Amino acid sequence: MNRRSFLRNTGFVAAGSLFVPAFMKPLEAMALDELSLYKNLVVVQLSGGNDGLNTVVPFGNDIYYQKRKSIAIKPEEIIKLNDMQGLNPNMAALQEIYDQGWMTIINEVGYPNPDRSHFRSMDIWQTGSDSNQFLSTGWIGRYLDSNCQTCKFPYTAIEVDDSLSLAMKGQTKKGIALKDPAALFRNTNDPFFKAMLQNDKEHLDEDNLGYLYKTMIETSSSASYIQNTSKIYQSKSTYPNSGFANQLKTVSKFISSGLKTRVYYVSLSGFDTHVNQVGQQGNLLKQYSEGMAAFLKDLKSNNKLEDTLVITFSEFGRRVEQNASNGTDHGTANNMFVFGGKLKKQGIFNAAPNLSDLDTGDLKYQLDFRQVYGTILDKWLDVNNADILNKKFNTLDFI
Amino acid sequence: MSTKDNFLKVKHLYNRAGFGISYTDLQKLSRKNLDKVVDNLLKNSQKDDPINLVNDFESRRQLLVQAGLYAKKDLTDDEKKMRQQIISEQNEVSRDLNIAFITKMINTDAPLREKMTLFWHGHFACRSNNPFFAQQLNNIQRKNALGSFKTLLVEVSKSPAMLQYLNNQQNRKGKPNENFARELMELFTLGRGNYSEQDIKESARAFTGWMYDKDGSFIFRENLHDTGTKTFFGKIGNFEGENIIDIILEKPETAHFIAWKVYKFFVNDNPNEAHVKELATHFYNSKYDIVSMMKKMFTSDWFYSPENVGTKIKSPTEFLVGLSREFYVTYNKPQVLIQLQSSLGQYLFNPPNVAGWPGGQSWIDSSSLMLRMRIPSLVLNDGEIDFSGKADPEDEAVIALSRTATTKANANMKPKSYVNASVDWPKFLSTLPKGLTPLALTQFLLQPKLNDKITTMVSDNKGLRSTAVEITSMPEYQLC
Repeated sequence: MNRRSFLRNTGFVAAGSLFVPAFMKPLEAMALDELSLYKNLVVVQLSGGNDGLNTVVPFGNDIYYQKRKSIAIKPEEIIKLNDMQGLNPNMAALQEIYDQGWMTIINEVGYPNPDRSHFRSMDIWQTGSDSNQFLSTGWIGRYLDSNCQTCKFPYTAIEVDDSLSLAMKGQTKKGIALKDPAALFRNTNDPFFKAMLQNDKEHLDEDNLGYLYKTMIETSSSASYIQNTSKIYQSKSTYPNSGFANQLKTVSKFISSGLKTRVYYVSLSGFDTHVNQVGQQGNLLKQYSEGMAAFLKDLKSNNKLEDTLVITFSEFGRRVEQNASNGTDHGTANNMFVFGGKLKKQGIFNAAPNLSDLDTGDLKYQLDFRQVYGTILDKWLDVNNADILNKKFNTLDFI
Repeated sequence: MSTKDNFLKVKHLYNRAGFGISYTDLQKLSRKNLDKVVDNLLKNSQKDDPINLVNDFESRRQLLVQAGLYAKKDLTDDEKKMRQQIISEQNEVSRDLNIAFITKMINTDAPLREKMTLFWHGHFACRSNNPFFAQQLNNIQRKNALGSFKTLLVEVSKSPAMLQYLNNQQNRKGKPNENFARELMELFTLGRGNYSEQDIKESARAFTGWMYDKDGSFIFRENLHDTGTKTFFGKIGNFEGENIIDIILEKPETAHFIAWKVYKFFVNDNPNEAHVKELATHFYNSKYDIVSMMKKMFTSDWFYSPENVGTKIKSPTEFLVGLSREFYVTYNKPQVLIQLQSSLGQYLFNPPNVAGWPGGQSWIDSSSLMLRMRIPSLVLNDGEIDFSGKADPEDEAVIALSRTATTKANANMKPKSYVNASVDWPKFLSTLPKGLTPLALTQFLLQPKLNDKITTMVSDNKGLRSTAVEITSMPEYQLC
């Protein structure tokens, strides 16, 4: 085998069985009984600041129509959920999901002293920090660091993407990013890569070099585990043809094939709609809703919906009043969605946004996003949220 | 001291203080006394050569137009178009500025100055949509990179980029905005825990009226300045911004915090407290003379001790610049450098937040490591990357504008991108002595000590070129 094939091009030659160092073995040979009742969390990030008010529309409030003369969704088009709020018509695919009781809408989630910069606010949501605090680890990353019973594998958290988000990075442990398990498997089975791992126990106590080798070994071990566990699985469901739906299809494949991963992370971008919002946001909401509906139904048909919790967030909502370009500018509090087969409170969780009591034109938050995280950490991932969020947050009753 | 011993030290010095060294230069310098080598390094970095990419006149014109449009309530379609055009021009120039900075690091003959500029770029971390402001701040960091920390701090604090980023434009008498005052102490000078909330409140008042005008120049607006008495670290006075900075610099904690960060950047992620203290005292006593601290560090024995050699994880910039410099790489489509920075987690001019890039092991996760190990073969062998990367949040507005772009970005439909780089192999090979063995080349290219595995791996290599590609693809190459 010529290891230099790696160096000539990036189409790797698939090699035989993967070299697994002896000390990694126990991890591969985990008892299968842990597979039962395995609960998954799927985090969906809408990047750019989704306009929550045109997503779950407060059609029952006149202020909405006064502030959004040219971009408001007409009452007759709205998919009404109660006499105050309804879904954007592009989200028709979610109506069935909502009616099944698989969806909860949490209104006005935010944090004190909101930041309107995409970067900073995303940073705050991903790290779970206060707005004047800078953390270099993400909330899921710290969950991985906590060494809990449910998070001991290097593939505990998977992001379906090319690069890993801060949310997934802990101090000592990090999630793994991959778009295509077969490609990662090929890369880690490249002869050159494998040659680098051969007989390399001597490096493992060294500080930074050891860390590099440890990362390589875990990548290789995870890639092989993910590929071997999921390759036989064939989804019978059809998904819409969009990148977002593809990401969810990959997640479904992992969940349905019984991967012992606890957290999945996917994202959909393009929500920064300062100009001509209606068409652009509508298009994205359609992609989102159709992908999500297909995903949830797929999980249901595989009996995995009860073991799965999906949350959706965006780094901020947008201002209540539209701008002069038929768009909206950066705002503050926003709605979050929770999906799953075992929701305690289905439908609309709390009061609709109060459009008459604003903070210089922006919504005031009712719930801190870390209460949502805290609830999930406590009740779904079985860890004490104070250990992950650095202080205790009161939990909510949606699960 | 033997030449061979010096060979390793000089190589280490140039890896940390710069972005590597050519074999020819290394051989030449190894014959000199180490103190002379350090002097030489400092002397070569005396020249300040700013980036002059962004057109001053055009930028000021744009600023004025933007200010005019911002003040208007209803914009005509033409005005909207004009505003959009300015934004897209700025985005394009911002990308060019990024490329200008990384290219400068690749080509510079003042390596320490550029390395220090990179250090301050992370220390005084800032984002600006306006490339003129961003260039201005970058040039302030370069000009003062090795000068007086006080001058650097004052000039950074007065730069429109920072005033805007940390909301000092909104810091007014009676309505203080504490953002700048807080970060000044927490991240730029004293470090967390060395000041009180009261100190932040009081000093924020002292910085009221520090603003920039429509022209993009610093202006002290006396009518917005709070002239009242402030109590800061127990001192009572009618303080202005400069007085606050002076009081902060009187505190040895500031020297310690900077020395600690310098040590982490140049020496080791896990600082040795005794060494940091030594540096900090020297820095404080020299009245915050940066070059004096750097010289102290580079001439200390501990700088060259085994625990500090070949043990630091290269930042993405160090990795990309080092590789490109070593092999005389020209990027025919320099945009790829931005893509690589972003995929590896260090998009210059776009730090994650005002705290800068956390560095160390946080650079490495499974995907970034896999990519790092593939980049040398892609760059040196002109391969292809199957990698689309994430959209930067600041690019979201641009993405949102184009429906096709959004569909593409979310549909895995981005075309495969080619690195499209040219390597000057003849030039690289000409720097190597005649008859250099693959093993000796390996010893030159890697900073960590060689082990049996690597020795065996390269022993069957016949060509220096293939050895070079192989060595730079190893995890060991990630260290410096």
